[in-house]
Amino acid sequence: MAIWVNEETRLVVQGITGKEGTFHALGCRDYGTNVVAGVTPGKGGQEVEGVPVFDSMDQARDKTGCNATMIFVPPPFAADAIMEAAAAGIELVVCITEGIPVGDMLKVKAFLRDHPTRLVGPNCPGVISPGVAKIGIMPGHIHLPGRVGVISRSGTLTYEAVWQLTNLELGQSTCVGIGGDPINGTSFIDALEAFAADDATEAVIMMGEIGGSAEEEAAAWVQANYDRPVVGFIAGRTAPPGRRMGHAGAIVAGGKGTAAAKMEAMREAGIHVVESPAEMGRKVAEALGA
Amino acid sequence: MKIHEYQAKEILRRYGAATPRGRVTADPAEAASICEEFGGRCVVKAQIHAGGRGKGGGVKLAGSPAEAQELAASILGMQLVTPQTGPEGQEVRKVLVEEALDIASEYYLAVTLDRQIGAPIIMASAAGGMNIEEVAEENPDAIVREAFDPHLGLQPFQARSVASRLGLSGGTARQAQKLIAALARTYVEMDASLAEINPMLVTGEGDVVALDAKMNFDSNALFRHQDVREMRDLAEENALEVEAGRYGLNYIKLDGNIGCMVNGAGLAMATMDIIKLYGGAPANFLDVGGSASQEAVANAFRLLVGDPNVKAVLINIFGGIARTDRIAGGVVDALAELGDVGIPVVVRLEGTNVEKGREILHSADFDFIVASQMGDAAEKAVAAVKELA
Repeated sequence: MAIWVNEETRLVVQGITGKEGTFHALGCRDYGTNVVAGVTPGKGGQEVEGVPVFDSMDQARDKTGCNATMIFVPPPFAADAIMEAAAAGIELVVCITEGIPVGDMLKVKAFLRDHPTRLVGPNCPGVISPGVAKIGIMPGHIHLPGRVGVISRSGTLTYEAVWQLTNLELGQSTCVGIGGDPINGTSFIDALEAFAADDATEAVIMMGEIGGSAEEEAAAWVQANYDRPVVGFIAGRTAPPGRRMGHAGAIVAGGKGTAAAKMEAMREAGIHVVESPAEMGRKVAEALGA
Repeated sequence: MKIHEYQAKEILRRYGAATPRGRVTADPAEAASICEEFGGRCVVKAQIHAGGRGKGGGVKLAGSPAEAQELAASILGMQLVTPQTGPEGQEVRKVLVEEALDIASEYYLAVTLDRQIGAPIIMASAAGGMNIEEVAEENPDAIVREAFDPHLGLQPFQARSVASRLGLSGGTARQAQKLIAALARTYVEMDASLAEINPMLVTGEGDVVALDAKMNFDSNALFRHQDVREMRDLAEENALEVEAGRYGLNYIKLDGNIGCMVNGAGLAMATMDIIKLYGGAPANFLDVGGSASQEAVANAFRLLVGDPNVKAVLINIFGGIARTDRIAGGVVDALAELGDVGIPVVVRLEGTNVEKGREILHSADFDFIVASQMGDAAEKAVAAVKELA
């Protein structure tokens, strides 16, 4: 078992005719994902390595029954692509695009309120259920089907945790990159809820970053709702204050944006916090008694 | 992206906000004539991007045009040190000369993003001019908050509510509402990440004016704001950071001596953290991008060794899409071009094509310190710096 991405996944790639879109569409197919369509407005009727390309998400949905999408559309047009996917009734939207304006993401959030679509990202590596399928840009070969759910705001830091779990032969059930942007679709709590309902996931690693208060909210949720082990790490303890968070933004967070405050909130919630990112995998093994 | 106070006021005026009359200049004689225009009394304000200018002596009141000229001459060219500039300060290249207004009371007013609720929020306080973070810490109830829908805009009743909660009434409240509405529209339409008026001034006559203004913009939205892009002042930014930006690298200068090169922002922060954990100090944050190209790596390496504070380099790359052999190749290329860099270089490579990558490092004409994992890499970099000391 796994969450969100599985054998039923029928993937469409928005922006498939671009260099990155093509590369990663094929990367997903090589990993075992059922890639059924691509969409690039104006390029309908073409094919990319045997994958049919459509002008719109509606057409792709009608002709192929796709139920998930991966977005590689450039930042100025990415918000529109997300909304088009939601309007076409796609259940899972994974947006890889980095650099979408916050103002555009606020529009997307408002639009998604009236749609049952799950958005993962933007600015994320995607979602992978090892050994089954992947929607994203992560290197498949570092993963191993297994017992641990992984949730992270970062790309390469996720690979670090995944690699540690693979070397310890614990493996991963599903890895979810929720993305590094201030406004995103899926939160830590959304992913934790899904992992809680998944029997194959015996423990979770969550990797947060400075800024905002998503980690504190997730910690409170874990304390109240989740009884399997959770290992936590927060990146950015040494980051200079004020460089990432605007002046007034730090006030809204009310002292909640710092790594120290996040780690403290996680510890208080019973999460196994590691100080060193090199210790994430070992800590999970310890918590599982493996 | 940041802009100067005079530029922020220029934008606010487009949206109907009241600001003091003023003009920017780099010439003390012109400061005198501007002062003359405003009736012989004025304020001379240093224009640098950092806040806290008054505390550092960068904001002065002049009682005559001659005094304005004298003050402008002393402020222009000074290294202004404020709590936000760091000890080296920032050179003042322009001053804003504004009419002097009499101050009855001061308020704090800002719009920023509330990430938790996912909407812009007005933040206001009757404790204007003060460090708002201290107010938030000591007396959070003194801060008025009003979130609004960015697509519907701030509604008039919301502006009335903010003004009323600040204790304003009558004509003064109506003027404040107008300023609050203007600030909210500016924030949304200009894709700002912060729009701040501190202080918002109420004059002796009860008029409401934006006495100071600060605006930061969402860099991701600059593609649709040509006018804001043109306001960028590269002289205000760290030279290394500007150079890094030209290469498409994400770089932030720090105080330590271990130069870091990492792919991906999260792993880059985690690498800084682990250096600190092993008793060292990172010289920078440097993200060469999740899919680091050979060229980006070579440029990043040149940038790192060009920083005189860097006593050792730590390269931590987890190759996913980025192939580690290409990255190793980029580093070796840069070294070949630079000749003897004279500092130890610790490399930790993992991921795609790692064997090939390590082989390239081994056969290079340079003695890399090769590390097997993150903790090992940090330990070796810290030890290398200690050995030099």
